[in-house]
Formats: sequence, C-alpha cells, structure tokens
Amino acid sequence: MSILRVENLTKTYQSGGRELTVLHGVNFSLEPGDTFSIVGPSGSGKTTLLGLCAGLDHASSGSVYLNDIQLDKLSEDERAAVRNQYVGFIFQNFQLLPTLTALENVMIPLELRGEKGAQKTAQSLLERVGLGSRGHHYPTQLSGGEQQRVSLARAFANRPKLLFADEPTGNLDTDTSATVIDLLFELNREAGTTLVLVTHDLDLAAKTQRVIRIKGGTVVSDTQVATSI
Amino acid sequence: MNFSWLFRMAWRDSRRSRQRLLLFMSAIVLGIAALVAINSFGDNLTRSIDEQARELLGADLTLSWSRPPSAKTQQLVKTLGRDRAYEVSFASLVSIPKTGGVRLAQVKGLEGNFPYYGTWEVEPASAVQTFRQAQSRIALVDDGLLVQLGAQPGDSVRLGNLSFLIAGRVTKTPGQAAIAATVAPTVFVPNQFLAGTGLLQRGSRIAYKYYYQFTPGTDVGASIKKYESVFDKEGINADTVADRKRQTGRSFADLTKYMSLVAFVALLLGCVGVASAVQLYVKEKITSVAILRTLGASGRQALLIYLVQTALMGLIGATVGAIIGSAIQLVLPQVFGRFLPVSVDTTLSGPAILGGIGTGLLISILFALMPLLAIRNVSPLRTLRTSYEDDLSGRDPLRWLVYLLVVGFIVGFAYWQTNNLMLALGFTGGLTVAFGILTLLGLGLIWLVRSFFPASWSYVWRQSLANLYRPNNQTLILVTAIGLGAFLIATLYLTQGLLLGRVELSASGNQPNMVLFDIQKEQIGGVRSLVQQQRLPVLQDVPVVTMRLTDINGKHPDVTKKDTTQKTPSWAFTREYRVTYRDTLISSEKLAAGKMPYQANGNIYVSIEKDFLDRLHLKLGDTLNFNVQGMLIPTIVGGTREVEWNRVQTNFVVVFPAGVLEQAPQFHVLMTRVPDNKTSAVLQRDLVNRFPNVSAIDLGLILKTVDEILGQVSFVIQFMALFSILTGLLVLGSSVVISKYQRMRESVLLRTLGASRSQILRITALEYGLLGFLAALSGILLSVVGTWALAQFVFDVPYRPDIVPLLVVTVVVTGLTILIGLFNSRDVLVRSPLEILRSEV
Ligand SMILES: Nc1ncnc2c1ncn2[C@@H]1O[C@H](COP(=O)(O)OP(=O)(O)OP(=O)(O)O)[C@@H](O)[C@H]1O
Ligand SMILES: [Mg+2]
Repeated sequence: MSILRVENLTKTYQSGGRELTVLHGVNFSLEPGDTFSIVGPSGSGKTTLLGLCAGLDHASSGSVYLNDIQLDKLSEDERAAVRNQYVGFIFQNFQLLPTLTALENVMIPLELRGEKGAQKTAQSLLERVGLGSRGHHYPTQLSGGEQQRVSLARAFANRPKLLFADEPTGNLDTDTSATVIDLLFELNREAGTTLVLVTHDLDLAAKTQRVIRIKGGTVVSDTQVATSI
Repeated sequence: MNFSWLFRMAWRDSRRSRQRLLLFMSAIVLGIAALVAINSFGDNLTRSIDEQARELLGADLTLSWSRPPSAKTQQLVKTLGRDRAYEVSFASLVSIPKTGGVRLAQVKGLEGNFPYYGTWEVEPASAVQTFRQAQSRIALVDDGLLVQLGAQPGDSVRLGNLSFLIAGRVTKTPGQAAIAATVAPTVFVPNQFLAGTGLLQRGSRIAYKYYYQFTPGTDVGASIKKYESVFDKEGINADTVADRKRQTGRSFADLTKYMSLVAFVALLLGCVGVASAVQLYVKEKITSVAILRTLGASGRQALLIYLVQTALMGLIGATVGAIIGSAIQLVLPQVFGRFLPVSVDTTLSGPAILGGIGTGLLISILFALMPLLAIRNVSPLRTLRTSYEDDLSGRDPLRWLVYLLVVGFIVGFAYWQTNNLMLALGFTGGLTVAFGILTLLGLGLIWLVRSFFPASWSYVWRQSLANLYRPNNQTLILVTAIGLGAFLIATLYLTQGLLLGRVELSASGNQPNMVLFDIQKEQIGGVRSLVQQQRLPVLQDVPVVTMRLTDINGKHPDVTKKDTTQKTPSWAFTREYRVTYRDTLISSEKLAAGKMPYQANGNIYVSIEKDFLDRLHLKLGDTLNFNVQGMLIPTIVGGTREVEWNRVQTNFVVVFPAGVLEQAPQFHVLMTRVPDNKTSAVLQRDLVNRFPNVSAIDLGLILKTVDEILGQVSFVIQFMALFSILTGLLVLGSSVVISKYQRMRESVLLRTLGASRSQILRITALEYGLLGFLAALSGILLSVVGTWALAQFVFDVPYRPDIVPLLVVTVVVTGLTILIGLFNSRDVLVRSPLEILRSEV
C-alpha cells in the first residue's frame, strides 16, 4: 500500500483570460517510511505539486490518494481534517502564528485533535529540538533557525504519517541549515514518517532515498539514491 | 466542536491586539450609553409617574366641563367625595398697574383645599394658607408671568375691574410641567372675588372643574362608574388617578422610546465603525488563518476564533457603555427639566442595562460578522504563496444572510421601541437612505476634490490629498460617520428656523398679527375706535355665536350612540360650536363642494369645514339642528370648505349665512396689525383700562412662546445628537490608531528623504482638515436638501437657511477632526525616526 499516490495530475491556472498549465499529467507513488525529494528549477511547479499532494489546493484533473483517501473527492474542511490527522508541514518562511508563544504554536495540532496533555507533549517536543526553555517566547523573539526548530516540533506534534517540507532551509544560513536538516532527518527516523522534501539544493536532495526531478511541469527523472546518511 | 479550545485560541491570539480590539469596540460605547441612559430614564420616569400619580392630578378625581350641567347634576357633583375644591378658569388680559405690563394669562378662581396631594410650591409657603382662607383679594401668580411683567409679590395685579394683592410666587403647581407656565402662565385668585372682576361674561370660554378627595381606600373608578352615562351626556369629563397615570405614562413612554431611536442611530454609527475596523483587522489576520487551516482547522473554527474575540470585546464595550449610560441618566432629569410633570428619582434600571448590553453585543457581532465571514474562505495555500487573492474576492452567499439579519435587527429594534411596524420600517428605510446618500455625497465630494485639485499646488497639499486615497483608507466611512453627526445638528437648526419662519410668515405683509377677542356686541364700536385712534387698521371684525348641536338628520345623541352603523362621535353633541355668519369666503378658505352659505325657500344652508365634515361622516344635504341659547335652528349642509388653519385668522368649522344669527347673543373678534411691540403694549394697556373683559394676543407673544418651546426641545435633541457626533469622532480616533503603523513608516520614509517635522505636521493637519471638511459638507448638503424639501412641500415657506449655524458646524467639525487626528498621530510626529523604527514589531 502506498502512502501517497499521484495519478495523472494536471494543474492549470486561469490568469488574465489566459490558461497556464503548470503541471502536465504527473504520476508517482510513495511507499511509507521513505524519504523523497522533489527537485527542479524555479517555476517548474514544485510548490504547486506539493500543495496538491497535501490537499491545500485542488487539481484541474487527475487524483491524489493520501493514505488511500482520494483528496479531490473531499471538501476543503474534510481535507483540513485529513491534514490534521496525517500530515505535517515545514515551510520556507516558518509560518508560526505571531500572536502565539512557541509552546502554544506546537500545541495547535494536538489541540485541534482535542488530545489531552497537549502541553506536556509540546514541551517535550520543544526539548527534543533544544528549545525547552524558550516555550514562552513569541516568534519575533526567536532567531530564524530557532523558529524553524519550533516549526519542526509543531510538524511532528501530531505524529504525522507524511511530512511535507517546502524549501525548509531557504531562509537560513549554511550552518543553521545543517543543524535544522540534521534535526529533521533524526526526528523523521525516530517517528518513522514519510518525508517529502521540496528543494533546489541538490546536496540536500541527495540525502533522501529517492529524487523526483521535474521540469516545466513534467517529471523528467525518478531516481532511487543509495542511502548514505 | 471543541469550544473550550476556540475560547483559548481566541484569548491567546488576542494578546497582542487587545488594546486595538478594545479601541474598535469603544465606538459602540457611546451608543450603548445613550441607549441605556434613555431607557433607564424612561423606566424611572414611568415608575415616578406611577408613584406620584395622585400628585399629578392633585386629587383622587376631577370633573370638568365648559357648559353648566343640569341642576340635578350640579347637585350630584357637590355631594361626591369626602372633600372637594372648585375651580373656574378662563383666559384674560391681566395687568400690573405699577409697571404697566399687560399679558394674556390663564385666570383661575379657586375655592377649597386644592391641591389635596403634592405640594403647591409657592414663595412664601405661608401664602397658600392665606389664599385658602380667602379673606381678602389676594392672588398667587406663576413665576414666569411675574418675571415677564416685571412684578413681585407685594405688587398688585389687575383682573378686569378688580385689583388683587400678589401674595405669592408660584414655582410649581401639582401635575403641571414647568413648560406649561411658559405657554399659559396662571393667576390664581379666590373664586368668591371672580364675579366682581366682570370677566365672567357670556362669550368668554370658561372651564369649570371640581377636585375631589375620597376617603382613603375608596375605589374611585368603581364609585363613579354609575354616573358615567350622565357625565357623558352632559359633556362632563371625569379624570381619575388611574386615567391620569395612564395618559401621562403613555405620552412619556412614547417620548423616551423615540429618543432611544436617536440613541440607536449613534449605536449603528459606531457599529459601522466597528465593521470597518474589523475589516482591517481581518486583513492582518489572514496569514494566521491560513496557517491554522494548513494545520487542519476548519473554516468554521477559524471564523469562530475571531468571532469570539470580537464578541468578547463587544461585550466589554457594551458593558462599559451600560455603566456610562447609567451614570448619564443621572443628569437626564435636568436635560428634560421643564417638560417633566413629576420629579424623577434616578435608580439603576436592570431591564435597561441588560437590554442595552444585549443590544450592543448582538449588533456588534452582526456588524463584525460581515468582514469576518471572509475568514471562512481563506485558502491554506497562502502558507505557500503570499500573493493569493482569489479567496477574498469571492462573494460569500452567507453575506446576504448577514445583511438580512442586520436589517431585520434594526427593524426589530425599532419595532420593540415604538410598537409600530410602519414606523419601524420607515425608520430603517430612512436610515438606509440617509446612510446611502451620505456615502454617495462623500464619494462625490472626494471625486470632485481629486478631479479638480490643481496639480500645481504645493507638495504638502498634494501629499495630504493623496493620503485620503491610501490603501486601506477609512475616508469614506469617516465621511459617513462624521457627516451623519453634522447632518443631525444642521437639520436641527434649519428645521427650527423653518418653524419660526412659518409662524412669522403667517403674519407678514398685510396679514393681521394681533387678535382681540371676547368683545361684547355693545363694546365693538368702542373697541374699533380705540384701535383706530392708535392709527391701526381693523383688518377683520367677525361676530361669533356659540351654539350646540342637538341632532343630525333627526337623530339624537342617545339614538346615534346605540346605532352602530352611525359613526358620529359623541363629542359632536357635547362640544360647543363657535359659529360666524357671512355669505362669502375669506382668503384662508376655498370652496371644496356645494355652495357658500345661503338661504333659500326658508331653509338655512350652512357651510362645514371639510375635515370636520369627514370626521362626522356628514354629506351635503344632511340636516343639522343647532341650539342657540335655548332656541332651536334647523339647518342643511349646503357646502364644504377647505380651510388653511395655520394663520393668524379666525377660522370656523361652521359658517351660517347672513340674516339668521344677527339678533342672537354674540361677541366679536377683531383683528389688526401692530407695527411693533411698543404699539402692541400701548393698545393692550388701553384695552385693559377701558374694556377689561376683552383679551388680546399678538404674534410677538406666540413667537416668543414657540421660540422658547423649540429652544427646550432642541436642547434635548442636541443632547442626543451629541452622542452621534462623539461616536463619529471616536470612530475617527480609532481609525487613526489603526493606520498608525502605516503612517509611521511613511513618516519615517519622508523624514529620511528630508521632510521637516513641520512639513509632516502640516500634511497630517491638512489631511484631517480635508476629511473633516468633506464630512461636514456632506452632512450639511444632505441637511439643506432635506430641509429645503420640508420648506417646499410641507411648510410651504420660502427657503432662506441661516448660514451662520452651518458655518459654525463646519468649523467645529473640521476643527475637532484635525485635533483628534493630530492628537492620535502625535507619536508619529514628535518621536525621532530611529525610535520609531526600533519600536516597530
Ligand atoms: N495562482 C497562480 N496563478 C497563475 N500562475 C501561477 C499561480 N501560482 C503559480 N503560478 C505559476 O505556476 C508556475 C509554478 O509555480 P511554483 O511555485 O509551483 O514553482 P516552484 O517550482 O515552486 O518555483 P520556486 O522554486 O521558485 O519556488 C510558475 O510559473 C508560477 O508563476
Ligand atoms: Mg516553490
């Protein structure tokens, strides 16, 4: 059984009366527990693909099956429930809620599920990313790297089956990037999550087990990489 | 759904913006305050009227009539109750010999221990006792009359042939609002001396009244029930404490309900401010909403988080408003002062407070919901892409539901207050039109300024103008909010001017402006020559005969009462008819149907005024039998006239043809035109000396009275309009604070580019000056158009608006807008650029 299956996925944007097809019939399928990366030049449709896979957007045609749930059959609110249940996110610009403390940010996915002991779980996750003592700080009081570590803790909070990361190090300097990436892979191994990484950093992509390369909206190569982490 | 989480999220998320949210909600505070104050006051007033109802009447029961009842009934009314007091009253000129002052006043001859309840406030207090003993010719005189005539206790007042020593100054009579003493100031004298004045002659309109005291515990209503039909037949009006309570209570309940609609306008204004502030707030929160959606929150959950926030702030705002309102109601008895018939003691009113908080909460939620609805459609895709606009521009069908709810709520509220659906719908419609027109006017003015602004003007001017169009600008909402306040005030002034103009016009040109009445037939020659001696014209000399209607088409009152198909009201047979006789119409009359009064074949054809004809359900050809001082005169309705009543004219509902009533007992009314107040005074003095029973009223007096009443009324309305203006300014204040951040960045940029502090100050001042000016102008324009229509179509007077108050409104509104704008922008202006950059988070 695959955790994510993409069938004939096409995305067309309507802009200014003209049609712009960004994805042309993309197909692939991911097995649970693996790490993947999607690479390609700027504007090739990586973010669009990720958004579709995570159910943030709907396709023009084709289907996405997440844990065998066909996303395009669901309403936006139903997809939100699926995201909360199975999916974690890491963004290039962190996307922490500015009005909430670090701890509260990590608590959201748990609280949305109505889980008990959200605070304890969140606190231990913050400790796991090395920010145990910064829980009461607001995002603006944290550095970029620290913010991304909070967002890592948040992404793993609901023990997702699938973790999407769009350019997770795009806004960080080299050293900080390395720390965050190491942490990401460690947490991923511990939780046994399937990781989908979007990047144009080929070195980073090389750390994943499989690399899907797209260009102009079509998959140009799909390579299995010998794991050497 | 997990509600406790929603509340927790709402609470956490509000932490950084609570002050701002409170500021949004402060816009509704004054509206709620006004609403709670008025309704609390209304409740207290109703309670006070209930408690003091006996004082309102001064007795347990009063019976009054204007035509002496039958001997049997006269006997009856003298036996009712445990104790009774008697009062005879009529209007007459009174004079103060010492100062020569003359004025039309109400004369009341009293006998007995009036008032039984409540205090008759007279200075000195001992004068009441002396007055009741009635040993000598003394008078108690209303304070207002003493002031106008320049008299004091100790002086004497002349009524007809007799002089009375003024023993006391009356400051309050039970059951009378202070304003009554302005309209008809009273001279009280012991009844036994009244006959000696020579004023009780035939023709004078005299009213008689008995005040009764019953043994405590008597059910007065039940004990007079059996006499009801007798009273009815003889035209006796019975008034019990319960009746009086009901009447007074009802009229004041109505008054406060209408006032509460004015307060509601202020509240709605605040709500519009809330809606526009929340809209900006939502724009700011969109990223947060997108993140929550990505993490799995549903659209409904996201909406609820922010709805909870605004509702909580609405609750706080409404509660603060209710507290302020409860404090404001303490001063309302002073505001309404002279209109109140009872002393109002102010206590907290639970229903008013809860009603106010509930109203505020609901209406602020509804208004906040309009912009908040957009949250449901925020796409989680925004976490991946910053510029994604599709989700906000889409039309949400729920939006229409909210609009409907808002309109429904306004209609519902107005209906709750007035119990009149048409009025509630009219109020809502009027409000919608006013808001709509103000918005359009605001838009139009902005467009005009923008299109015709000379491009060559200095940088400061151009920049301040450009500020009115900045993204997220609040220009339109501010113009509407402040404009509505200016509209209310300006309309108030203009309408007041119109009303006074209407009265003045009624006597312009060669129209009469002074009426002499109660002239006996044998006096008319003398009065005429007196008038002519003063070189004044006799513009009209009209004979008046009083009579009663005994039957219509042969049907007597008793018969018609049982016959349900005959809808003739019973008062048609009890009222007194004052009739004149002539064969022609006068300038204020127009023939509507039939002919002018005439005689033919021994029949008398009379002319009936059209409205009166309709109210009595009469038609041409009906026969009316009149009783003229004991003599029956059969007549036929020969024609009907339309009469223009609002003129200084003698107008009549019934006009006989000439040649019928010449020998009947009658008195005359004479009209003249006096050039000034001095001539009027001289004429009145001569009249009082030579013909003491003749009364006079001049336009100056009417104008003065109308002016005084309008002054009082407008004070009350101004007080209410104040809330709208202040709300407008609050909305302004909060919108300035909301856009502060944006302004700081601009100002820093400008300073960095070399603008001086004073240039930035001038730009800001000019911007708010333009805003305030546009707002005032829109309000005044709307008001001028509205009052012009009123003048043209309702009052039928030439429209000459007084410019001065309009200028004052413009200057004050503009000035206040500049002040508030500058005050709230002081941070931007006085702090150094570096400081601002650091503090920005
Ligand atoms: N809402 C939209 N309307 C029209 N075109 C869009 C829209 N969103 C994205 N596009 C276009 O789709 C194409 C793919 O965009 P996408 O963001 O998926 O690329 P990307 O591979 O993630 O690029 P980058 O590496 O720069 O992030 C781009 O050409 C973009 O301009
Ligand atoms: Mg991208």
